Amino acid sequence: MLLIHCPYCNQTLPEAEFTYAGEAHIARPADPSSVSDEEWRDFLFIRTNVKGPHYERWRHFYGCGRYFNAVRDTVSDRFLITYKTDDPRPELSKLLEKSK
Amino acid sequence: MTVLTHAFTPGPIVASGPVKLTLMAPVARFSLRLRAASIPAVSKALGVDLPTTVGERAASGTTEAICLGPDEWMIIAKPDDTDTLVSACADIYASATHSLTEVSAREITVRIEGDRAAELLTIGCPRDIDSIPVGGGCRTVIDGVTVVLWRDAEQSFRMDIWRSFAMHIIDLLCTGCKEFAAE
Repeated sequence: MLLIHCPYCNQTLPEAEFTYAGEAHIARPADPSSVSDEEWRDFLFIRTNVKGPHYERWRHFYGCGRYFNAVRDTVSDRFLITYKTDDPRPELSKLLEKSK
Repeated sequence: MTVLTHAFTPGPIVASGPVKLTLMAPVARFSLRLRAASIPAVSKALGVDLPTTVGERAASGTTEAICLGPDEWMIIAKPDDTDTLVSACADIYASATHSLTEVSAREITVRIEGDRAAELLTIGCPRDIDSIPVGGGCRTVIDGVTVVLWRDAEQSFRMDIWRSFAMHIIDLLCTGCKEFAAE
């Protein structure tokens, strides 16, 4: 079982308390009626599906209930960082350097 | 107000063995949501200093508060104090916006105590029970059901369970008690 650090509870807790919530940093178009069908399709369905470090959302469902962001390596399942939803997107190069 | 159905009569559930289970008497429960700016005013109205770290508790007399999330608390009080607390919070609402919802009938509480109480919880709770300090608590999961766990002593816990899931969790805990007894 993965151990995930909840940035709101500030504790590292078992995966069973969390739910996965898709890719992070997907911004809804500010004016949906002005975007093309293709752009709207991309917003709804098209994801990066990376092999390696992936920016994704998790929710501490059975705890504080909060959504937060994480960077997880989809190959090794290792979490590089978890951070609060309103924190800026961390630079991948710095994360990789730190994890070495 | 809380009305217990016949299935939830307070009293012992498992009375002997290494772990005792007791269904506790009904209490008044409130779900409290607010932003940081309102904490001092609402703390004053409730008479309890609201803790700001998730998992911490505070108590004053018979009123208890546990911080469940960055902006969420559960307040436990004597049923008789319901009106006092509700009106005290209503009085400050204009200057300290908050949401205080009475949820007394939503949950029942089971006391789990005895030499192997912490061990019994591992039957369905993935969280490391040892990481919960005495005098602390948390919202967690046991066999797929959200519960609030209060650790009152090294081997004494209270578990708040939503009533529609309570029979399932109580059955599970009873099974654990039987396993201990059979050893």
